[in-house]
Amino acid sequence: MKVLVSVKRAIDYNVRIQIKSDGSGVVTDGVKHSMNPFDEIAVEQAIRWKEAGLCDEVVAVTIGPDAAGEQLRSALAFGCDRAIHVKTEEPVQPLTAAGVFKAIAENEQPQVFLMGKQAIDDDASQTGPMTAALLGWPQATFASSIELADDSARVTREVDAGLETLDVDLPAVITTDLRLNEPRYLKLPNIMKAKKKPIESSSLDELGVAPAAALESLKTAPPPQRESGVRVESVDELVAKLKEKSLL
Amino acid sequence: MSYKILIIADHLQGALNESTARTIACAQQIAPDAIDVLVLADDGAAAIAAEAARIDGVATVYHADDAAHAHPTAAVLAPRIAAAVERGGYSHVLGPNTTFGKDLMPRVAALLGAPMVTDIMAVHTPHEFDRPIYAGNAVNTVAAPADRVLVASVRCASYPAAAGGNEAAIEPLELDVEVPSHTRFVGLEQQTSDRPDLQTAPKVVSGGRGVGSEENFRIIYNFADKIGAAVGASRAAVDAGYVPNDMQVGQTGKIISPTLYICFGISGAIQHLAGIKDAGTIVAINKDEDAPIFEIADIGLVGDLFDIIPELERAVG
Repeated sequence: MKVLVSVKRAIDYNVRIQIKSDGSGVVTDGVKHSMNPFDEIAVEQAIRWKEAGLCDEVVAVTIGPDAAGEQLRSALAFGCDRAIHVKTEEPVQPLTAAGVFKAIAENEQPQVFLMGKQAIDDDASQTGPMTAALLGWPQATFASSIELADDSARVTREVDAGLETLDVDLPAVITTDLRLNEPRYLKLPNIMKAKKKPIESSSLDELGVAPAAALESLKTAPPPQRESGVRVESVDELVAKLKEKSLL
Repeated sequence: MSYKILIIADHLQGALNESTARTIACAQQIAPDAIDVLVLADDGAAAIAAEAARIDGVATVYHADDAAHAHPTAAVLAPRIAAAVERGGYSHVLGPNTTFGKDLMPRVAALLGAPMVTDIMAVHTPHEFDRPIYAGNAVNTVAAPADRVLVASVRCASYPAAAGGNEAAIEPLELDVEVPSHTRFVGLEQQTSDRPDLQTAPKVVSGGRGVGSEENFRIIYNFADKIGAAVGASRAAVDAGYVPNDMQVGQTGKIISPTLYICFGISGAIQHLAGIKDAGTIVAINKDEDAPIFEIADIGLVGDLFDIIPELERAVG
């Protein structure tokens, strides 16, 4: 079984983002980037399957600038066998990304395409379902557990009402939620080994994918701030304040 | 230009989810010529449609009754919604940003060849919207191409539910689209609770890692019951196994907008704050006076939750 896993380079989740004063976006120069945390969970899952003998090849794929090669190296250090880097200097939006992933999936023919449920930069949460739609594959989003069988997967999904379980035939797109696993720490020998693993370079043109219709970003601004509150010294004072506002 | 909006109803076990009325409130801001609602369900569809027909601003509720709609599977529903959008000549199709809408709407968008706007939090024009990015730490204003159907999910916490009292037309709709067999519903494990629903309750009480254990969480539940509140939790409390995941409030859990939010032992990670920014009044109780939660709390009280909750219970009677 072959597993494809998508990896996105995003501003590190620990960074407090800064919005450019001209409203054109957020500051990315000189800011720490890392693999989107949900994608890290996807990579970890694929490697666990490989270690358990459930799949024999894991291929990581990214769409992004040259620098996104760093995140592919991380994926290789997790244990991915090889990687595909679809190079583009212009950020692509989910519908175009889905078109690229469809082309890659058609070339690679994986049984499972694992993705993070969303990227923590644009928080769109679209690429998984869009890729499944374009391929005509089943989708199982927000997975908190996945049991792989030969030609199907049983996926437990984190939904608002609780935990939903679906059976999907393979091939399928599965997107990962937080509780699927806890990614490992990368060890130096694995990081060194990853440097020798192959990264194939590609592009939208080579894949025959035209950019899809896209949203135009007009402005990026800070969110409305809440006014600063008050400290109270006692429960009585707290209850009085809440009663004053008719909240209790 | 004239605009016609189709709303995809979110429902569970024969009842309409309040997120539908919130999505309709967003649609009203676009000022379209008509807002229609599509209910895809099994034999209970007509009853759900009757609920939707009472929401203000709705022109017609269409219901497609089919055993295949018994569970909200995106692979089944998306091609049918795409067909309904094309047949009805809709300019916009909106769903809520519940897990139902998050799973479904991108699949609809891809089938329609349209880019999608996730989490609309404000409407500027029929094709220009604000949406949160970076866990709500920035607001991005985007313009969608006017020559395509606009597919979007609505950030429900940004909109109060549209009022009731309407009597919209109700019509059955035949959607003759093949149902794929590749996706099969197995089951839904729900936490049964008599407490109010976390996503719509006007009062929410939540606990974090500071609560310490699953057993200790009982005092949070008890206090919530005393004031008629729903119960939530931080990601830390969920990860520690104190409570199930569907209680998680935050960017990767539920984004809520209660009138009153009281949190105990929650430090206030950015992730959590993103889920409560729209709450009316935020009350924080924490031992650590430097906890970031105090930066956004309207009322803060430094102290041990195990001392404070009993006092609070006495004070509220």
